[in-house]
Amino acid sequence: MLKKKNKAAVSKQGIKKLAIPKVPTGIEGLDHILSGGLPKGRPTLVCGGAGCGKTLLAMEFLVRGARDYDEPGVFFSFEESEAELILNFAPLNYALTELIKEDNLRIDCIRVERSEIEETGEYDLEGLFVRLEQAIDEIGAKRVVLDTIEALFSGLKDQSVLRSELRRLFRWLKVKGVTAIITGEKGDGTFTRQGLEEYVSDCVIFLDNRVTQEISTRRVRIIKYRGSVHGTDEYPFLIDSTGFSVIPVSALTLGHSASRERISSGVADLDVMLDHKGYFKGSTILISGLAGTGKTSLSASFAEAACKRGDKTLYFCFEESQDQLFRNMESIGINLSKWEKKGMLKVVATRPSFYGIEMHLLQMSKAIEIFHPNCIVVDPISNMASVGKFNEIRAMMMRLIDILKSKEITAVFTSLNTAHQGREESDGGIASLIDTWISVREIANGDEQNRALCILKSRGMPHSNKIREFVMTKEGLKLIDRYSGTAGILTGAARRADSAARASGQAKGGHQ
Amino acid sequence: MKKVVVGAKKKANNNKTTAKKPTAKKIVKKLWELRLYVTGQTAKSVLAFNNLKVICETHLKGEYSIEVIDLLRQPQLAKGDQIIATPTLVKKLPTPVKRIIGDLTNTERVLVGLNLRPLR
Repeated sequence: MLKKKNKAAVSKQGIKKLAIPKVPTGIEGLDHILSGGLPKGRPTLVCGGAGCGKTLLAMEFLVRGARDYDEPGVFFSFEESEAELILNFAPLNYALTELIKEDNLRIDCIRVERSEIEETGEYDLEGLFVRLEQAIDEIGAKRVVLDTIEALFSGLKDQSVLRSELRRLFRWLKVKGVTAIITGEKGDGTFTRQGLEEYVSDCVIFLDNRVTQEISTRRVRIIKYRGSVHGTDEYPFLIDSTGFSVIPVSALTLGHSASRERISSGVADLDVMLDHKGYFKGSTILISGLAGTGKTSLSASFAEAACKRGDKTLYFCFEESQDQLFRNMESIGINLSKWEKKGMLKVVATRPSFYGIEMHLLQMSKAIEIFHPNCIVVDPISNMASVGKFNEIRAMMMRLIDILKSKEITAVFTSLNTAHQGREESDGGIASLIDTWISVREIANGDEQNRALCILKSRGMPHSNKIREFVMTKEGLKLIDRYSGTAGILTGAARRADSAARASGQAKGGHQ
Repeated sequence: MKKVVVGAKKKANNNKTTAKKPTAKKIVKKLWELRLYVTGQTAKSVLAFNNLKVICETHLKGEYSIEVIDLLRQPQLAKGDQIIATPTLVKKLPTPVKRIIGDLTNTERVLVGLNLRPLR
């Protein structure tokens, strides 16, 4: 019969296709790395240390199933009572009580108390089977969670009975045709303390919560998945008010299109340096420089120009509050509050140390999802160094850039250098991902510090290779034409003095 | 249906599916309230019931009541007494509540579970 089915499939699609049926978890990103979802009608083991999100993942699987896929679910809890679970999940807007009322969800607490149990001979776990069956049949459940069945091991002494009964239980679940999540606490050198992986081996998901530099990052990995391809890396995931979400880096591909449209940098003189047209739409721009060289001013000019053009702009600020930014930019004639009121500009100001690096990425991608900006500014990316390692920041930036490129969002990043840093370290490791890289620097000249700007690179356009003096005026930012005096490039007062002297010299010469 | 067996009568031993009438002649102090949960008439269930009868008759004559609950017929009752293993004997009274699991062949352990023997 199976052969017949295969033949039918061959003739229909031309190619032989036999894939195991899957059930989407409904969790963002997780279905992607599972290439579709959990194996339908089979148990999946979710393991990890204490507090890594096993129960949450399991509960979300049920809630999403009940809410989005019309698949009722039963949660068998061996640890917490129904009331405790409802209270614990209250901050997550899962609306458990409503789902329970609608018969789309059932929470059944199975308590095993060692002190109340006396073992006196042969027994089996038929009682447990009866309970499971009763609860599953009552609401016609398609999804089942056992959290965590390992509690049985502490409640019952006879391990050989328990193990053979567990084997029977997982077989029974398969026969019952429910898609199940079994959770298990990470053991010493094993995935679970009691070796549940021995029984549940179709799909094993491992969750991990690591703390580096005082900030924790959660990661998920698919250890095995019989009969299916799956992502094999460790993927960071987040738990926030909307639940569980995974951001797989490999989910993004280099398949984005590249626009030929050009947009202004917000500084007319800079546009001139960029082939008289400005940045490419959808490109990524990095402005790096020491403190006080005008990086924020350049990005604010870009944001204002974008708003004027009618492009919605999202401004991520990691150093200043929104109000501080607005006030400071007013001094160079940039009125951002006007655009904010019109809804063209949105400022998201957070401290980098507020979350871990992954949380930042998720917050940013969520904000992008909600606001739909055409342009974004991240000011500065270098502050992320306080919460992540170099390669983590790099991975995060890569993912962010991929998200932005796929949505054709033009992005301006700023990066704060310190004086001893070389050019390579000043970019957060993303130089190769950047399309246009502008460096702003200070030039000491006599008793003054003056600013200068140059374009280190700009992909796809002929750009100026000159170092130009960069001045901030009440009317905005300006670049002064390269001024070569008798002693090389002159800036600031020296330039003014020299040009005045020349002018007077010329005037005199003209007179003679 | 719950089947109530009162241990004053010796007759009730093997046929546990039919309800037994309380036939105590004198007023018995039913101090021991016992429930035996089974799943169908398996060898283990029958053995547990027979073992229980013997133990009760020996140690608790006239002072106990046994209620046999077949979970295959009344699955909803498994939740109330937190039954996971079968057979399970639940000692409801006297407190503390105790769950004695298995076919009750280890008489010594049963007596410990029923608080009739001090724990060594």
